[in-house]
Amino acid sequence: MEFEELYQEVILDHSRRPRNFGELPDADVHVHANNPMCGDDVTVHVKFGADNALEAVSFTGNGCSICMASASMMTQKLKKKSRGESAELMSKFYEMLTAEQEPEVDKRLGDLVLLKGVRKFPLRVKCATLAWHALQEALEKPQEKGAQLLIEDEL
Amino acid sequence: MGQLTAQIRDKPDWIKIRSEFPILDQRVHGHPLVYLDNAATSQKPRPVLDALLGYYERDNSNVHRGIHELSNRATAAYEGARKRAAQFIGAKSAHEIIFTRGTTEGINLVAQAWGTSHLKAGDKILLTEMEHHSNIVPWQLLAERTGAKLSYVPVTGDDGLLDLSRIDSLLSDGVKIFSMTHISNSMGTVNPVRELCAKARTLGIVTLVDAAQSAGHLPLDVQEIGCDFLAFSGHKICGPTGIGVLYGRESILNETPPYQGGGEMISCVDFFKTTWNAVPHKFEAGTPNIADAIGLHAAMDYLDAIGRESILRHDQQLAAHALERLSEIKGIRLFGPPLNSTSERGGLVSFLLPDVHAHDVVTIADQYGVALRGGHHCNQPLMRKLGIQSTSRASFYFYNTLEEVDRMVDVLKKIKEFFTRGI
Repeated sequence: MEFEELYQEVILDHSRRPRNFGELPDADVHVHANNPMCGDDVTVHVKFGADNALEAVSFTGNGCSICMASASMMTQKLKKKSRGESAELMSKFYEMLTAEQEPEVDKRLGDLVLLKGVRKFPLRVKCATLAWHALQEALEKPQEKGAQLLIEDEL
Repeated sequence: MGQLTAQIRDKPDWIKIRSEFPILDQRVHGHPLVYLDNAATSQKPRPVLDALLGYYERDNSNVHRGIHELSNRATAAYEGARKRAAQFIGAKSAHEIIFTRGTTEGINLVAQAWGTSHLKAGDKILLTEMEHHSNIVPWQLLAERTGAKLSYVPVTGDDGLLDLSRIDSLLSDGVKIFSMTHISNSMGTVNPVRELCAKARTLGIVTLVDAAQSAGHLPLDVQEIGCDFLAFSGHKICGPTGIGVLYGRESILNETPPYQGGGEMISCVDFFKTTWNAVPHKFEAGTPNIADAIGLHAAMDYLDAIGRESILRHDQQLAAHALERLSEIKGIRLFGPPLNSTSERGGLVSFLLPDVHAHDVVTIADQYGVALRGGHHCNQPLMRKLGIQSTSRASFYFYNTLEEVDRMVDVLKKIKEFFTRGI
């Protein structure tokens, strides 16, 4: 069934044992994103390195398995990436989830490709992109050290 | 005739009744549709669809203005729906029935029109912790405008009951209005609104009952409940969307200023001064939702031909069966009054499967054709209090069957298995 494509083993594993889950004590920015329609709620913590790359990324919060797995996989994927690379991967990821036709998947997305099935469940796309929107906010709006941002993502 | 009606009412032919809902006869993702999201909106039987089409095909015209035949017919049908609504909830007169877009607009009308003219800084607005956002936010807006304060009757916990141990002191603390839900949309609790309104009345407190989840599910009598206002939606009782009813006691409506200005609600307009039309027209500015009021009339007739006592018994039987079967699932967390509770509950069950988020439950259930609801059900403050983000909810109506409840439970068991493998 289609949901088996959505809930692949790797995704379930990330949702049960999310990686980089927890506060980041010396983070430069914390972005809290919540979806008021469904209650998914995550905060992404980012520390930038000397070269302005994403030195460390972590997240806290709770949500459905798709939300948690996507956040977990994002932190793994974007850790140590430059801002430019991160922005590019982000847009590839959004593209994969919102394409009207079966998308050509960029190999650089790696395991994130497993989230491709979300595309067939339009109401769940927000779940898969919630943490990503938070991170995007952190990248696009340079903040003073330790800034706390809040965004709301509606379906 | 009386005896025959009584017999029919005792044993409605549920299978035949179900067949009058064309939408239910379809497959979703390859499975027969099991529609269990009735607390969100109900489906529409053929007579309601026919009434809508019939109006547009034969009688469509504006009301209260024309002198021509079609306008006469439309006016008679629209005002006929008002009379029927009065009868449906036991109001004394059709003047006490205001057509709205739904429960939310009804509550907003009371908060804005009555509230703004009757509340002042320091007054209290009493609600309960199980209110839908639509019975919280309008009062918060009113509180901001007037300086009034909100207070809440607490909910005991997962069993979703009102904690009434401190109700007397809560009520005597300068409360001007007490607005409460009849049946909780997230817990299924049926609240003792008659007792609560009686207590409030002895203290001169105005009461509003949110009957969104009850109007189509049990016999309702505003005079017996003793409330000042009561609001419900058409679409949750087999009627169309965009139409609802606000009941207000005639004397309280008379002392309430208009809600919106426009045509229809006026008696005489001068360039600088207008006198209002009588109630209820004073609250219905502009061309009303004529067609959907007529559709609602057909829905009320339909429900009462079955009998709301029978509907209640049927829904409760489904809920009890669901609770019993759901308790087979190890680790499940059930909300609302438990089976052995003395408190009444309506036809819905709210639950959390162990280790599975409500959204995942609903997504997969849908793949098996089972339509559930997952989320905070517009009860965020209550969810927060219970330490949860969301629940899954199955809400039943008279066209649902025991077999459908069993199908839901079987699917939920599969979902639990799917998510817990490998843990």
